[in-house]
Amino acid sequence: MTAEHTASEMMTIAAARALTNDDVCFVGIGAPSAACNLARLTHAPGITLVYESGTLATRPDVLPLSIGDGELCETALTTVSVPEMFAYWLQGHRITIGFLGGAQIDRFANLNSTVIGPYAEPRTRLPGGGGAPEIATSCRQVFVIMSQTARSFVSEVDFVTSFGHGTGGDDRRRRGITTAGPTLVVTDLCTLRPEPGTMELVVTSMHEGTTRADVEASTGWPVRFADRLEVTPPPAEVELSTLRELQARTAAAHRGGS
Amino acid sequence: MARLLSLHDAIEELVHDGDTVAMEGFTHLIPFAAGHEMVRQRKRDLTLVRMTPDLVYDQLIGMGCVRRLVFSWGGNPGVGSLHRFRDAVERGWPQPLEIEEHSHAAMAAAYAAGAGGLPCAILDGYLGSDLVRVNPNIRSIRCPFTGRALAAVPAIRPDVTIVHAQRADREGNVLIEGIVGVQKEAVLAAGRAIVTVEEVVERLRPPSPNSVVLPGWTVAAVAVAPGGARPSYAHGYYRRDNAFYTAWDAISRDRERFAAWMREHVLSGPEGPP
Repeated sequence: MTAEHTASEMMTIAAARALTNDDVCFVGIGAPSAACNLARLTHAPGITLVYESGTLATRPDVLPLSIGDGELCETALTTVSVPEMFAYWLQGHRITIGFLGGAQIDRFANLNSTVIGPYAEPRTRLPGGGGAPEIATSCRQVFVIMSQTARSFVSEVDFVTSFGHGTGGDDRRRRGITTAGPTLVVTDLCTLRPEPGTMELVVTSMHEGTTRADVEASTGWPVRFADRLEVTPPPAEVELSTLRELQARTAAAHRGGS
Repeated sequence: MARLLSLHDAIEELVHDGDTVAMEGFTHLIPFAAGHEMVRQRKRDLTLVRMTPDLVYDQLIGMGCVRRLVFSWGGNPGVGSLHRFRDAVERGWPQPLEIEEHSHAAMAAAYAAGAGGLPCAILDGYLGSDLVRVNPNIRSIRCPFTGRALAAVPAIRPDVTIVHAQRADREGNVLIEGIVGVQKEAVLAAGRAIVTVEEVVERLRPPSPNSVVLPGWTVAAVAVAPGGARPSYAHGYYRRDNAFYTAWDAISRDRERFAAWMREHVLSGPEGPP
């Protein structure tokens, strides 16, 4: 038996499991950072973590609050300038996996992190794309981590910040994009993958305790389930304890201030 | 050779109302003290350029210094929204804010183009993104050798770039260490540059022949501002005040509370936030 875990912990752990020792990850703050460092501290000690602030092969002891905390630079193999990071390392196709999230995602994994409502008169102005538009097309593949609600999993995103599979099918290829794009979406309820051919996201694995009705109620389009639907293995003791220790160290460090 | 000026005099002399000003520092070495001096001197109608506006631009926007913002990610890192930025975009308070929105890759390339004297930057970017539809400064160009379509954006050429660095010597040569961001490109792209530093030393002593050094003749003025990057940080001097970044969410959410904080911590004196 595993100690009781939260849905958010399951999401982070499921994402971490998808990473391998050989991956070079372009890491975003928040859940992606937790997942990548959890992988590094458990089954993938050799994984290379890259943050867009220029830190290459960093091994932080605590999770950074920002993308450029000192911890990242102090534990990096080397730190390069931001223009070099985006030109040589991201655009130069040195990254195997880019992590993205957003306020909205649609059935073809197009992501919105720019505005809710019309661009010129937004109801909610979100932070914007940052590195995401090019992460979406320059990394060999993209993993998405997001909490799943009917407000975030929508039939149509208000703004395409980062291109996923467009209108489906071979839309990426038709636009001259050579990378795979989103191949995995991990939520607090389940994991979804694009269906070969249509590239529509379908549920491939349900986290323990989640029902189809839960997923349907949390998805803004008529979501489909894979024929061979799996159950996500619950967190192992070592996964959960490593994640909790990492988050406890992080909370203590960020309380400290200067 | 850069002149050693007080922060007050550097901002008064080199930053004018209506200027395009870039204040760079990617999470690290953000020139807060210089931003606060601009607030105190009530600079107006500025076009501010910065990849990640951060708290310093939230403050300048909320204090009515800014007419236009060129940026690529406008959040409070790891915390959430920049509420003064949002209030300006969503409700036009304290005045409407024009925005020109890019991606990080494009802004980084645009600074490098500015430093390199090119009119535009090209990148393999913006593919499928709606940013192309809302920003007329994102255009397409064809490679003359392969015919491949690439994105093009105008070079960034600020009137003034302001950065913070660890130290300078008396000739105004500047050493930047740690996460060096886009500061070198932003300084070399600018008409004039102000560098605030933690300290001025007799000998710069770069730790490596490859250290990031801005020669004094690329900088108009150096101003000593110890702690001038707080609540961001200066590698080797002090750490990022993550607790303050978190606290800013509540301070900035409310117009009155924001104004009171700025009165107490910025308008009333030359020292930065606690």
